Amino acid sequence: MARNSRLKDHYAEQRMFGRRVVAASFIIMVLLGLLFARLLYLQVVKHDYFSELSQGNRIRIEPIPPPRGLLLDRAGEPLALNRPAYQLELTREQTPDVDDTLARLAALGLLLPEDVARTRRAIMARRAFDAVPVRLQLSEEELARFAVHRPDFPGVEIRPRLTRLYPHAGVGVHALGYVAAISEQDQQRIDVSKYAGTTLIGKLGIERNYEELLHGETGYQQLLVNAQGRRVDRVGIKAPALQRKEPIAGDDLYLTIDHKLQQVAETALGTQRAAVVAIDPRNGDVLAFVSTPTFDPNGFARGLTVPEYRALADNIDKPLIDRALRGVYPPGSTLKPFVALAALQYGVTDAETTRLCRGVWRFPGSSRKFRDWKKQGHGTVDMHKAIAQSCDVYFYGVSDQIGIDRLHDFLVQFGLGTRTGIDVLGERTGLVPSQAWKKKAFKKKELQLWFPGETVIAGIGQGYMLTTPLQLAHATATIAMRGQRFQPRLVRAVRDARTGAVATLPPRPLPGVTVDDPKYWDTIISGMVGVVSPGGTAYRVQAGAPYRVAGKTGTAQVFSVGQNEKYNESQVSERLRDHALFIAFAPVDDPQIAVAVVVENGRHGGSTAGPIARAVFDAYLLPHEAAAAAGPPAPPAVPPAGGIDE
Amino acid sequence: MRTEIAGPGHSSRAQRTFTLTGRLLEALHIDGPLLLSVLAVCAVGLIVLYSAAGEDVHIFLGQAARVGLGLVVLACVAQIPPRVLRIGAPFLYGIGLLLLIAVAVVGDVAMGAQRWLDLGFIRFQPSEIMKIAVPLCCAWYLHERPLPPDFTTLVIVALIVLIPTLLIAEQPDLGTALLVMAGGGLVILLAGLQLRYILGLGALIAAAIPLVWQFLLHDYQRQRVLTFLNPQNDPLGAGYHTIQSQIAIGSGGIFGKGYMNGSQAQLEFLPERSTDFIFAVVGEEWGLVGCIVLMALYLLVIGRGLYIAAQAQDTFTRLTAGSLTLLFAVYAFVNSGMVAGLLPVVGVPLPLVSYGGTSLVTLMAGFGILMAIHSRRKLVST
Repeated sequence: MARNSRLKDHYAEQRMFGRRVVAASFIIMVLLGLLFARLLYLQVVKHDYFSELSQGNRIRIEPIPPPRGLLLDRAGEPLALNRPAYQLELTREQTPDVDDTLARLAALGLLLPEDVARTRRAIMARRAFDAVPVRLQLSEEELARFAVHRPDFPGVEIRPRLTRLYPHAGVGVHALGYVAAISEQDQQRIDVSKYAGTTLIGKLGIERNYEELLHGETGYQQLLVNAQGRRVDRVGIKAPALQRKEPIAGDDLYLTIDHKLQQVAETALGTQRAAVVAIDPRNGDVLAFVSTPTFDPNGFARGLTVPEYRALADNIDKPLIDRALRGVYPPGSTLKPFVALAALQYGVTDAETTRLCRGVWRFPGSSRKFRDWKKQGHGTVDMHKAIAQSCDVYFYGVSDQIGIDRLHDFLVQFGLGTRTGIDVLGERTGLVPSQAWKKKAFKKKELQLWFPGETVIAGIGQGYMLTTPLQLAHATATIAMRGQRFQPRLVRAVRDARTGAVATLPPRPLPGVTVDDPKYWDTIISGMVGVVSPGGTAYRVQAGAPYRVAGKTGTAQVFSVGQNEKYNESQVSERLRDHALFIAFAPVDDPQIAVAVVVENGRHGGSTAGPIARAVFDAYLLPHEAAAAAGPPAPPAVPPAGGIDE
Repeated sequence: MRTEIAGPGHSSRAQRTFTLTGRLLEALHIDGPLLLSVLAVCAVGLIVLYSAAGEDVHIFLGQAARVGLGLVVLACVAQIPPRVLRIGAPFLYGIGLLLLIAVAVVGDVAMGAQRWLDLGFIRFQPSEIMKIAVPLCCAWYLHERPLPPDFTTLVIVALIVLIPTLLIAEQPDLGTALLVMAGGGLVILLAGLQLRYILGLGALIAAAIPLVWQFLLHDYQRQRVLTFLNPQNDPLGAGYHTIQSQIAIGSGGIFGKGYMNGSQAQLEFLPERSTDFIFAVVGEEWGLVGCIVLMALYLLVIGRGLYIAAQAQDTFTRLTAGSLTLLFAVYAFVNSGMVAGLLPVVGVPLPLVSYGGTSLVTLMAGFGILMAIHSRRKLVST
């Protein structure tokens, strides 16, 4: 072809090549211009935007949970502390597959299979970027086991966190309560953002009630993180000004509890199902708040496994129940001093008027028998003897004369049948019956009617009458103070964690009980002194004590005995036996402590509950050494103080 | 002029040193200006790499050693007379083609692509050879023929370009395939391809895009293009590279965050920061100013290359020098354009700066060819 055979024109070629090079240079300049424009756009026009993005990239805000406030007993002995522990936390946002991750953690033995579902719910309930604890308080061995497999668990990290430690385990657990992992229900009642990074929350007792003070304020810190979200501290980088706001530790609480006293009471109760409440009558401070059996709250802070929890919840002795606050018992004969006072106030009788007790009481013209606990009767009894020997017949008659509504109106002044308003949740009200109450309580018309027989058994603290040990202690303290009342409380002072300043909370007075003649108080208190004196139902309580005690025994029937049956305690199964009660205060002339003791199925107030009250008094009123030496039923080493009714 | 201003003794000594160096370079067939500008780019590259690699001294020294190796290759290639290069071009191309076929049959699979040939003592990518062999072979073929090329010639040259391109694209290595194709295409363009062909080809390519999209591209390649069009589609997957590199560059601003202070790079948000995305480190730590300086250095290299091409005295050397230089320019633009979000993400390193040996050595060999061409131009012309 002609074209193929044409000759090379070197000169033309060179010129053409020159033009192409110029064109290429032009194109290069255009492309460079394009690139420059793009860089200008990115680095100048949109610089702020991208700066922000890069900041957001590398800085992550991490909450710093505040150290929880401590719980100290009234002398400063720590009852709840913080202890560093390692826990496993999972951040949903950084975890590719939560279900798979939990399943593999369970396979590694770091999570119980039973807990997987619950843990998953807890994770899903929190925000995606929150680290949710999966397992608290890892052991060294578990730490090591996880460390080996850590690369397989993106989003799961070991974090050092403060956990709660109750150094005395179960001592005072029902007052202190406990903390546990924040649950779904808890999230409904808290501001979730304030709990960012926090694992534990108060569930019960003081831990729950004073949660806001104890929790403190969450701090935060900005962290430099890499693309994987892991924290980095690079040497080469000019550290950007990372902000940090220190958390504010929760306030420490000084409880009213006397730890030594608490321990003495718990030891004295041993394995019995019982409650003891000791109150300083002068200000309402609860010195001991005992419900046995106890349980170890440390387990809750660690996270109970399902089987562990079931074991506690299903225990026949119900250790989780706070008997002092939520146990309702018929007060039995411990009510008698109050009824006696009502009788004096209403003018039904006076201290000296006597009644004849033949062991049985009847309504005039009725054949129905109301038995005295002492079959043969007490003979001629005045008010003092009636209280000291707990004569039922005397009080049947007196309460019949008072009438149920007047009795009700008088008793509620002592706080019976209502919540005392103590600073822990869950208090039961108990019950002081009245005609109005019965009308409301029963649906059937025929059941709404109040029978006089119900009045007389109410007068000895049986029937519908129900009280909590806390109410009994509070009412006893009211007698000790001759009508002056203070709301029971478990926290007496708050220590600001920042300044260390201790703010003492003033006692909260309640409307008092007034009687027409202050001597009425002397009458019933003297009767209560008679209880612990020779011839009284609990004379051993006073024996050998250098201080004077006023008390009252009580026995509450668990089930009622038929009209013509005899209560034979040896034939009744242990759990159907009567509850033993005892209320007392001491010293009589200068009351410093009032106690209520309830021992479930303990049979006799005087012999079972009385010595426990004595142990509490000794521990509180005697110098340490003497208290240690003087066991409760000790022989009278020191001659009893004089003036005791024989 | 300057020697007159300076003192006589001092000036003569400096002058002597200068001329001595000049003579030495001349004897070694080394072009001083090109060497200096290349070394400048390499120096910048090493400085940036030290930061991008997180102050890893091993990586830094390794790359410095590769630069050294590249310079040795450059010096060796510069000794080859252009005539020998021309005669050897088809053989080099043939060997390259055989190796590509060998890779397709027995090559190592690394990172999902079959690119490497393991010769026992060394593993290398035959596709790298083609970056030089294709332009050389095209220039060789066009050398004897009248230019602008006629249609038959064009078809044959197109085959020379497309066969290795397709083999490389099949590995798959889209970036290198594009560069190889660009290398050959640049030769054709410089050979005086008529405007009507250029327009026709453009139309053809436009028509072919849907077909290529449907039948030739791999899934991940399609994904890259789609992501380029809208990176936010897949911010943690395919779009991650683009988004992070733009954040890096954009947050650098005019003066940058300072050497070794780029949070995107140092905190590992920027992927492949020491290889394909090293330009983003420049943009983040040195800002717009740093980018301009780097581009200016590239311009120096390109300008000197084009000058050498313009000075070349026969068709083969002209086309070779021109296409290799422009290929270098394409290299630089494709990479920086991709990092800046102007182009889709293709596996093209930033020439002389990105960490990695193969492309560096190839580039140095290319500069060696340029120098060989330049230092012998008089011999050819007279």
